[in-house]
Amino acid sequence: MRRLLLFSLMILLGTSGRAFADPEAIPAFKEVDSMDARVQGCVTCHGQNGQGTNNGYYPRIAGKPEGYLYNQLAAFRDGTRKYAPMNYLVAYLPDPYLHEVAQYFAKQRPPFAAKEALRADAAATARGEALVARGDAAKGVPACSACHGNGLTGMEPGIPGLVGLHPNYVVAQLTRWRVGDRHALEPDCMKRIATRLSDADVAAVATWLAAQDAPADPSPERSNLVRMPLACGSQR
Amino acid sequence: MSRTSLALRIVVGFVLLAVLAIAALYLLRPRMLPRTAGPSPVNATTQTINLGEYLARAGDCVACHTEINGKPFAGGRAMATPFGNLFVPNITPDDETGIGKWTADDFYRMMHTGVSRDGTLLYPAMPFASYTQVTRTDSDAIYAYLMAVPPVKQVNRPHALQFPFSNRELLLGWRTLYFREGEFAADPTQAAEWNRGAYLVRGLGHCAMCHTAINALGGSSESKAFEGGMIPNQNWYAPSLTSNHEAGLGNWEINDIVDLLQVGASHRGTVYGPMAEVVYNSLQYLSDDDVKAMAVYLKGLPQRDSEPPPTSQARLVDPRVMELGRAVYSAQCVVCHGDEGKGHPPAYPPLAGNQSITMSSPVNSIRMVLNGGYAPGTMKNPRPHGMPPFSHILNDDQVAAVVTYIRVAWDNSGTPVGPAQANDLRKILPE
Repeated sequence: MRRLLLFSLMILLGTSGRAFADPEAIPAFKEVDSMDARVQGCVTCHGQNGQGTNNGYYPRIAGKPEGYLYNQLAAFRDGTRKYAPMNYLVAYLPDPYLHEVAQYFAKQRPPFAAKEALRADAAATARGEALVARGDAAKGVPACSACHGNGLTGMEPGIPGLVGLHPNYVVAQLTRWRVGDRHALEPDCMKRIATRLSDADVAAVATWLAAQDAPADPSPERSNLVRMPLACGSQR
Repeated sequence: MSRTSLALRIVVGFVLLAVLAIAALYLLRPRMLPRTAGPSPVNATTQTINLGEYLARAGDCVACHTEINGKPFAGGRAMATPFGNLFVPNITPDDETGIGKWTADDFYRMMHTGVSRDGTLLYPAMPFASYTQVTRTDSDAIYAYLMAVPPVKQVNRPHALQFPFSNRELLLGWRTLYFREGEFAADPTQAAEWNRGAYLVRGLGHCAMCHTAINALGGSSESKAFEGGMIPNQNWYAPSLTSNHEAGLGNWEINDIVDLLQVGASHRGTVYGPMAEVVYNSLQYLSDDDVKAMAVYLKGLPQRDSEPPPTSQARLVDPRVMELGRAVYSAQCVVCHGDEGKGHPPAYPPLAGNQSITMSSPVNSIRMVLNGGYAPGTMKNPRPHGMPPFSHILNDDQVAAVVTYIRVAWDNSGTPVGPAQANDLRKILPE
């Protein structure tokens, strides 16, 4: 599989043809004075419609709640979320514009990439599914779906969908939360959960998530504070 | 000669040298400025405070004196220098940790001579070599404004400079070589507008901090003023403002210069990187008149080229590199910058005939290809267009080829660049 991936990557990056990346990652737009044109700075990593690219890290951002996307853009600008390429790109962009960019990608509904083959043993698969659907009461970990939605498409206004994300990305984010490198608005509910997960838990969840079918309705659920097991700053 | 008398002579010699050194240190040390007769302007009017706020914007004080996401002017921000990290001080009016106990005299002396209230010599990361040109009236207005911002109790962090730069007395040497104290003197042969521009560019704007090359001692020499250079630790090249091969503005329309400075994007080019910061935090807030005055002064800078244009030999490009560059360009760049490199200004800058592409240093072009960039969001361009990063899509050969292509295509006068240059810049984190 890995060899196949490398091979297709080599073809994509090959210098013989005109293609230097997958077509979704090549800048394209119709009107210069449009949001389509303005978000071209995002497309080589996140894809033309925010669907992500075949690069194994950059996340799908299409259809995530506007509030979540804005919080991330503002955090990258202000340096409270650290990822140098993003910090650099949005460093001098004002709030109203970040809202507009967030809104643009929140409205996109591009198709999902094909799900990844499940690369985990039966025990890890069961563990991943259990954490997502039911959580682990003994560890004090609520189900992912409690906040991220039954379809795992996120919840308005500030909780992101988890479908269509590369496992590398999910593992990296949960790990950053565990080590205190990534934060959400206080009270930081995600920190409480991530610090209760083991490395194996994180890997199991990420792998299981990536192997799921695309949801029938990719839109985030409406805000539902009653159902949420923890207080989260991003939902206030 | 006896052994004792030789030893005595050596000792006496050392003592003499030490005395001379102390005398030199004493003589070189800047004098205290005389106190002004009047009382400190503690009863500043709102008008003065507003003027001070405007001037503090012109001086871009907030950019360095505020930690990322920190309280304005409370300091604490690490400023990387080739000599180690400086931690910028708190300039809010907190009595214990800020400048709350400073008088307008203290503040003017610091601005004018680079000496702190307690007599400490300031490191020249504080642009007092430029601020020395600021008038007393303007200094007092900035002081009044800073006294009116919310005080923040935040203790200054000690600097983390390597030996011997940690010894501030060495600054006497730097000051002797590179610092000329003196308020701006208007040139009577020039119009008022030119003089206003000169005052802002050479004084509060402290443009020379980046656009005049800095040598190994952290100094810059007057004779090389505005001739450009690498910005230490930021890995961007600040182009020459005096060479029409770089960012020399001699053949620019005044409107385009004004747009570049105040809007952040113009029909000739767009600002990114450190200059985007300057536009975002400082220049966009300046009045149309002041920006135009700066443009007039910059356009009028004497044109001189420190190096001759590249020879035709130096401009030879391997046809295979050119072909690869063209292929990358047609696949990735053409949609915004066009077949002929004309761009869609001001949204997408032109590459053909763009001095910042063809200038001798390819650093900025390579960095733009690797990291992309957004123009700053300003009052006159609140929704800027941007360029995506290509570092994860193009390898070093492809980056070098496409940068080579845009430097020589369409009659551009640049020279080819190599994959090693792309690789060097790929390794650093964008900022």
